[in-house]
Amino acid sequence: MDPFRSDASLAPPPIRRLKLEDPEAAKEAGEPLAAGNANAPRQSGFTSAKRSIGAPQFSIRRMEIDEVSVHYGAKEAVKRVSLPVRQGEVLGLIGPSGCGKTTLLRSLNRLTELTSSARLSGRILLDDVDITEIEPTLLRRRVTMVFQQPNPFPMSVFDNIAYVLREQGSRRARKKSLEPKVHSALDRAGLFEEVKDNLDHPALKLSGGQQQRLCIARALAAEPEVLLLDEPCSALDPKSTQVIEDLIVKLRDDVAVVIVTHNLQQAYRIADHVAFMYLGDLVEYNSATALFGSPREQRTQEYVSGAFG
Amino acid sequence: MLLLRDKGKDKDKGAVEGTATWALVDRIGLAICWALGLLFCAIAVAIVVYLLVQGIKFLRPEMLWTPAAAGFSEAETGGFSDALFGTLIVAVMGISLALPAGIAVAVWLVEYGRPAPLARVTEMTIEAIAGIPSIVLALFGTVIFSSTALGFLSRTSQGVVFGRSFFAAGAMLSLVALPLIVASVREGLNSIPRHVREASYAVGKTKAATTRRILLPTCRPQVATGAMLGLGRIIGDTAIIVVLLGATQNFAPVEGVGFPLNYLRGAGTTLTNFVYEASPTGNLNQPQKAYAAAFVLLLMVLALNAAVDIVHRRARKVGTWSH
Repeated sequence: MDPFRSDASLAPPPIRRLKLEDPEAAKEAGEPLAAGNANAPRQSGFTSAKRSIGAPQFSIRRMEIDEVSVHYGAKEAVKRVSLPVRQGEVLGLIGPSGCGKTTLLRSLNRLTELTSSARLSGRILLDDVDITEIEPTLLRRRVTMVFQQPNPFPMSVFDNIAYVLREQGSRRARKKSLEPKVHSALDRAGLFEEVKDNLDHPALKLSGGQQQRLCIARALAAEPEVLLLDEPCSALDPKSTQVIEDLIVKLRDDVAVVIVTHNLQQAYRIADHVAFMYLGDLVEYNSATALFGSPREQRTQEYVSGAFG
Repeated sequence: MLLLRDKGKDKDKGAVEGTATWALVDRIGLAICWALGLLFCAIAVAIVVYLLVQGIKFLRPEMLWTPAAAGFSEAETGGFSDALFGTLIVAVMGISLALPAGIAVAVWLVEYGRPAPLARVTEMTIEAIAGIPSIVLALFGTVIFSSTALGFLSRTSQGVVFGRSFFAAGAMLSLVALPLIVASVREGLNSIPRHVREASYAVGKTKAATTRRILLPTCRPQVATGAMLGLGRIIGDTAIIVVLLGATQNFAPVEGVGFPLNYLRGAGTTLTNFVYEASPTGNLNQPQKAYAAAFVLLLMVLALNAAVDIVHRRARKVGTWSH
């Protein structure tokens, strides 16, 4: 049996209560999980099926977050966080609002630099090169991002993708020559079949879920190595969310995916590894099943069981 | 509570709250609002209808291509073609200076705005220009355009710079239009959510590319609105025309200069000035032609409004972001 899939045919397991005043108990519970205990998922309150097709087939380290801290003025939003970002798996960042997960995500493609008060220390490596040594526009084509609000540009579906493919500000590169690339980007985002007859229609007239998939297609059109998703489903209905979750899981083989989410169930469903952040600290990083099944840290346990957040 | 349906006409507006439960003062207040709103409509309609009626009665097509002339009767004094072309010239000159400058200032203020103190000073300066009466701008203009260095922009005789020309008037009129354009474009840029800019940066686009391909095209309706308000001010201004254009009844081209510079460096007039001169208080005192010219002005303004409406309608078809 696949250890990463919870068995839907079984009755929902009882939620195991940890004695919260005893941190040793939480530590202990985490121990057997690292070995891939098949019973582990059943100990959690997370009963929905994982969307992952299974454990990652492979994983290539794409980015390395090394002791990264981000300050906004005097306030430290991210405190000495170290994480690997790997192609072949989905990395979920969870934590209550204001815990620094979005800031961490934005520092991966140097979008934090747009905020004048933000200061970053530590190193972030992309394929072993420090990202501060990569020209920002080049970096952002290799590490693209999808935002919380669907934000297609106010132009046609086709032009939204073509804008990414063309040179800075240029209108050159004729429609015909861009067509194959635009189609393939839409296809990878699972949108092509729905919009192929309406490529000239304004993108902002699509449904919310379609708009967000267009934004994913736009981010994929640059052929990035890493795709950052900042709560991509929080403005969408459950059905669109499901479509996008399926899509994200499919994408993990081609790009390293990092997703910030408020939705713990979502993190459980789609992430292979999860990092729990709290007040700027990285509290716990583990495989999704382990982190939700039997967290090592007391704060993680409290957060995933809904004690706060 | 009493709830009224709006007779099913505007179903999407939903239930309308009745006023039966309101305090008397509030009801009187509402009645005054209604009355003033209707009064305003009535005034606007009265002006337009009156001008339409008078205009259609007195406007003869040949007035549009006959220049004004000296004469003793209405038949001998010609039309107002020079004034009409004068209006078109100052409008084109003024807006072609003010529109690029206004857009540039707005983009700088919203997208860059650094150093912050300089941005604040710029903002205050533009507000100050907006508040200066155009006659003051006109006086300032005479000082500038009468300087010897700028003699090539107007008529010069024996070393004395005349300082009145289409160049001088167009340049000062662009200042009248500038604050309106800046304000409108700024509003447009500010209404674009920050994450839309970031979405463009996040696929590796520069700020310049984002501004040109995303932000400014999105602001097209506000650019159009600003341009229309600016044009309205330009073609409606009289003080600058009198002081800086000479307000002659005909074009006064400069001799010995090639076309079209001879006209642009010379004096002239516009429709607003013609209406003033032809009105009973003016030198010409031909109210019928004043009505005809005013009617043409009105048509120009209505055409501008319609054009802006089309731009807005197109933008609505493209849609906007949900906030």
